[in-house]
Amino acid sequence: MKTLFRGVRLLDPASGRDSLGSLLVVSGRIAAVDPAEPPSDAAVVEGEGLALCPGLIDLRVGLREPGEEHKESLATLSSRAVAGGITTLVALPDTLQPLDQPALVEFVSRRAASFGCVTVLPMGAATKGCAGKELAEMGLLREAGAVAFSDGRRPIADARTMRLALAYAASFGSMVVQHPEEPSLVSGAVATEGPLASSLGLPSAPAAAEAILVARDIRLAELTGGHVHFGPVSTGEALDLIRSAKAKGLRVTCDTAPPYFDLNETAIGEWRTYARLSPPLRAEEDRLAVLASLADGTIDAIGSDHQPQDTDAKRLPFALSEPGGVGVETLLAVTLTLVHNGQLPLLDAIALLTSRPAALLGLDAGRLAVGAPADLCLFDPDRAWQIRAEELLGPSRNTPHDGRAVQGRVVGTWKAGHRVFG
Amino acid sequence: MAEGGFGRRIGCRRHLLGIAGLEPRAIAGVLDLAETYISLARQGGARDVLRGRTVLNLFFESSTRTRTSFELAAKRLGADVIAMSPPASAMSKGESLLDTATTLNAMAIDVLVVRHDQSGTAALLAQNVDATVINAGDGAHEHPTQALVDALTIRRRRGTLAGLTVAICGDVMHSRVARSNVRLMTMMGSRVRICAPPTLLPAGAAAWGVEVFTDMRAALRGADVVMMLRLQRERMTRSFVPSAREYFRFYGLDPEKLTLAKPDALVMHPGPMNRGVEIDSAVADDLAHSVIEEQVEMGVAVRMAVLDLLVRQV
Repeated sequence: MKTLFRGVRLLDPASGRDSLGSLLVVSGRIAAVDPAEPPSDAAVVEGEGLALCPGLIDLRVGLREPGEEHKESLATLSSRAVAGGITTLVALPDTLQPLDQPALVEFVSRRAASFGCVTVLPMGAATKGCAGKELAEMGLLREAGAVAFSDGRRPIADARTMRLALAYAASFGSMVVQHPEEPSLVSGAVATEGPLASSLGLPSAPAAAEAILVARDIRLAELTGGHVHFGPVSTGEALDLIRSAKAKGLRVTCDTAPPYFDLNETAIGEWRTYARLSPPLRAEEDRLAVLASLADGTIDAIGSDHQPQDTDAKRLPFALSEPGGVGVETLLAVTLTLVHNGQLPLLDAIALLTSRPAALLGLDAGRLAVGAPADLCLFDPDRAWQIRAEELLGPSRNTPHDGRAVQGRVVGTWKAGHRVFG
Repeated sequence: MAEGGFGRRIGCRRHLLGIAGLEPRAIAGVLDLAETYISLARQGGARDVLRGRTVLNLFFESSTRTRTSFELAAKRLGADVIAMSPPASAMSKGESLLDTATTLNAMAIDVLVVRHDQSGTAALLAQNVDATVINAGDGAHEHPTQALVDALTIRRRRGTLAGLTVAICGDVMHSRVARSNVRLMTMMGSRVRICAPPTLLPAGAAAWGVEVFTDMRAALRGADVVMMLRLQRERMTRSFVPSAREYFRFYGLDPEKLTLAKPDALVMHPGPMNRGVEIDSAVADDLAHSVIEEQVEMGVAVRMAVLDLLVRQV
């Protein structure tokens, strides 16, 4: 099976290419870029100047299967991911039944593969039950397909456990992904400490809770030689620590999620539970620091931090509602606002969604190179639309960006050469 | 307050969700109306502006004086009053809160008076019920009728709120009474001071337009009004303060500390008091200063005025 993309603006951050051209796909892989004599039997996709980039790699997705399929199954996740141009997603292991058994890791990737839309790469639990006490069977989990280790949204609180996890994971070449909030400081908090939370009377924690844990874990990475990855990072102070750790040559990386550069805490407004996130939305100065760290390269990737919650979990008094927002369908559009605002060059923005997360995990995907899998995203960088919660694919529609006007829309998505969206 | 109206409009009704958003003129208006209800009550008169209306007191948190005073206020205005105090356990996760709202809609309740331990609950209900909602305390957010009660008590003693120095002392961080009073008093031109141990001061409180103190003596110096807040036992177990006796030593209002305030300073407390924790009995019962009992009397009149104004606008 052959497909020829003609008249497309090829965006390939790995090679730095941004120009009109064509791309030939044969048997699920990229066979040629700008083929001189394209085969006459290829199906043709006329780009008409639309942008074609590698299928997006979403580094941070919360799963609800197994256990909470009413919030989202792997089937619904797959269809909304490809609607957002995503062809590979990295899943957090803190499902209701945490991914601390090789069979569960294998179940998730196999079941997702059965839909043929998107590759799901699960992280394995760093500790048994993601409970932060005893190490999980990292070696066996890795053999079953785990691409990194984490306790998901639960920070690994105990310094000794974190030290052991970093040291042990390093022997498999795996990174430990840490949710950057010092747990005892943020216990019970639902907002960032400051005038807004005080005036709403919401339990809050200082933004410094992030830097406090990041500082500890950078030191532990140095001690063990392990690779620590923080995400989603949301404060300038933590980003400063990460920037200087990188300058020292330590194995420290991080990601952030669109709410942390697109919104600040005022999005809570009057008790909008869709804006209750973990970490909580921050003050404007921290949002600006995240922007600056995207621009200077300190942040390695943008992940959606997709966390579906159903109506029952969100239609509650603010502090009783579950944290998290959906994000796979809006990942590209919200990221492109940075480009339209002149805050980030287009190729850099696409790199944060493709080649850079691929490099982090050593993936084959994320580039438009001959021989690479034909995972592709065709999009109109300029098309304006409005994010509306009720128009998202379900079942959970808890977007913190409800009502946001954005520019940039996915037109088609291809997985291994097959059109899976558009 | 003709064009502005009283209360916050959501849907086709007006609600009292907080002091935030009210105009000084609307506050003066409700206090004026409350004054007329005080005279009426003292003459044993009644007014049945709420005849045929149903008021539901929905208290998810225990309360004696606020609930009773709303009940009395509604009855004196001729309303039918129902009280519901769902057990905390059944509602502890709040999951059935909106089911309750649906039920109330079906029962065609006119006024819903609600207290809940979660900030924002009154607003959430106002968005989901057909009734007029009055916030009788939501978490650490607001307790607007208490602030109106306190304002009326002060105004009757001093003639005005403008220019007075009001010291609000105690667990400001967890206090909805403090938040509503700070909003109201600053809006009406008082100079407001807040005073708490550093562990019980809300972050960024300076942005409220108040002076912030951790030394109670400094906070009391020259104050016209001293408003004490209740300290919950739970604050000790969670280490906000080491012990009740240490708290009383440094933050309890005793006769000695009170000498720092103006000689005719008013002492207030929203109740219920923890004698020997935040206030000495010798101060609480000293009628030369304490207007704590008067606050309770004002409670009914203010709530009559609030009910009257809100229902009038339906």
